[in-house]
Amino acid sequence: MSIRHGLLALLERGPRYGYQLRTEFESRTGSTWPLNVGQVYTTVARLERDGLVVPAGEDEAGHALYAITEDGRDELRQWFTTPVDRANPPRNELAIKLAMAVGSPEVDVRAVIQAQRAHTIRAMQDYTRLKGQALEAASRRPGVFDPDDVAWQLVIDQLIFQAEAEARWLDHCETRLVRLAPQAAAAAPAVVPADPTDPAESAEPAESADRGQQPGAAQDGGLRGAIRRTRPRR
Amino acid sequence: MSSQPTPPAEPRDPSHPAAGGPSTTGPTASTASTAPDRAVEPVLSLQELTRVHGTGAAQVHALRGIDLDVYPGELVAVMGPSGSGKSTLLTIAGGLDLPTSGRVVVEGTDLTMARRKDIAALRRRSIGYVFQDYNLIPALTAAENVALPRELDGVSSRRGRKEALAALEEFGLQELADRFPDEMSGGQQQRVAIARALVGDRRLVLADEPTGALDSETGDAVLALLRSRCDAGAAGILVTHEPRFAAWADRVVFLRDGSVVDMTLRSSAESLLAGGAAQ
Repeated sequence: MSIRHGLLALLERGPRYGYQLRTEFESRTGSTWPLNVGQVYTTVARLERDGLVVPAGEDEAGHALYAITEDGRDELRQWFTTPVDRANPPRNELAIKLAMAVGSPEVDVRAVIQAQRAHTIRAMQDYTRLKGQALEAASRRPGVFDPDDVAWQLVIDQLIFQAEAEARWLDHCETRLVRLAPQAAAAAPAVVPADPTDPAESAEPAESADRGQQPGAAQDGGLRGAIRRTRPRR
Repeated sequence: MSSQPTPPAEPRDPSHPAAGGPSTTGPTASTASTAPDRAVEPVLSLQELTRVHGTGAAQVHALRGIDLDVYPGELVAVMGPSGSGKSTLLTIAGGLDLPTSGRVVVEGTDLTMARRKDIAALRRRSIGYVFQDYNLIPALTAAENVALPRELDGVSSRRGRKEALAALEEFGLQELADRFPDEMSGGQQQRVAIARALVGDRRLVLADEPTGALDSETGDAVLALLRSRCDAGAAGILVTHEPRFAAWADRVVFLRDGSVVDMTLRSSAESLLAGGAAQ
């Protein structure tokens, strides 16, 4: 569990008290995963129970200090050298939602995808803004290596890469669904009660027409070719 | 800090309280001191823009009624699948093609009403382009490449060079001044291309997949530069299919089949941190 090992990693640098552990954990990860001090004390108590930390007296201000034990160091070494397990992927609500949306007659899957894409990219905008601020702050102090700053940049990058993976996956899903739209329409003609007398009344045929136009590779090539030709050569 | 009344045509996302309100920019000095003054006119205004290629059965509606204003200080990313119209939009915004209907207003001049000669002048004096393949002239140094648009503007070559060196220095690229394109990395060339696009009093930069050939860290450096130029008052449109680069923008516009289907606005970094980003 990451809080447990995160605290051990901080304690490896020397004895610390509870509130200090919380502060250092947050500054290292840029408060991305806020801890409350209760969580810290519960975790430290469990580490103590498991023999990974021991009480180490008090500092001048009377804070109760904890120190890592040899077993704690072993545990930490093992954590750093063992890859994070991917054998049981965490349940992903979005994947479940899309899986359920495919084939549901009342659900416009492309709308589900677009809503999520906008949300995900908006989150990326926020992360990127934080990253821009972090990079700018770092550029004001060239040549300085501050582990907290670097760690924070890496954590932001992780959030960006993860969101990016989701956005790319959504693009991929949409592309595939567009490509499969004709087959999907053929496979489920009876699902939506179509009114053959007035197709304009129903949104569905119009939408299908749009989808039909989308994958037109020849059109696209022609369009892009035309654009390229209009560009000035400097 | 000035407020940012957003153009009325924009859909707002009600789930984000910051979406429609004044954008509280971050604590960094650069964003705070150069927040765009939205009382001013947009640098670029696209109004009910349509573009139809071909006729009859071969007709393709590349754009279907696009409305988009880009203000000084703003970077807008345009995303969408291939064929969604994003490159057409950029081409028309830059005066390289005319719409079938609608208006394209750059710095107050309607390109659809202007004479060809005036469009050419506006294109040369007000608009900078950044392409995927950098398009620096191989026989000219970085400084000469940046000076070239100024010389085309009619300034003396001495003044052009002086301005080019100043622009390169402002962009943190002074050490590249006397290098030829083939002596620079892709990322360096692209940053010089951005300097060239914005030299003089140009303040509209149109970037078409500027990070296409760059790795993620170099691409970020290019976008950070574009971002900083927009923070300093330029207006930019960035066409990209890469979410990570679009995320540098103030707004992300999604095109599909020639229409805007969605748009994001940026919220404040403070609200992000307060909420606990990863929860």
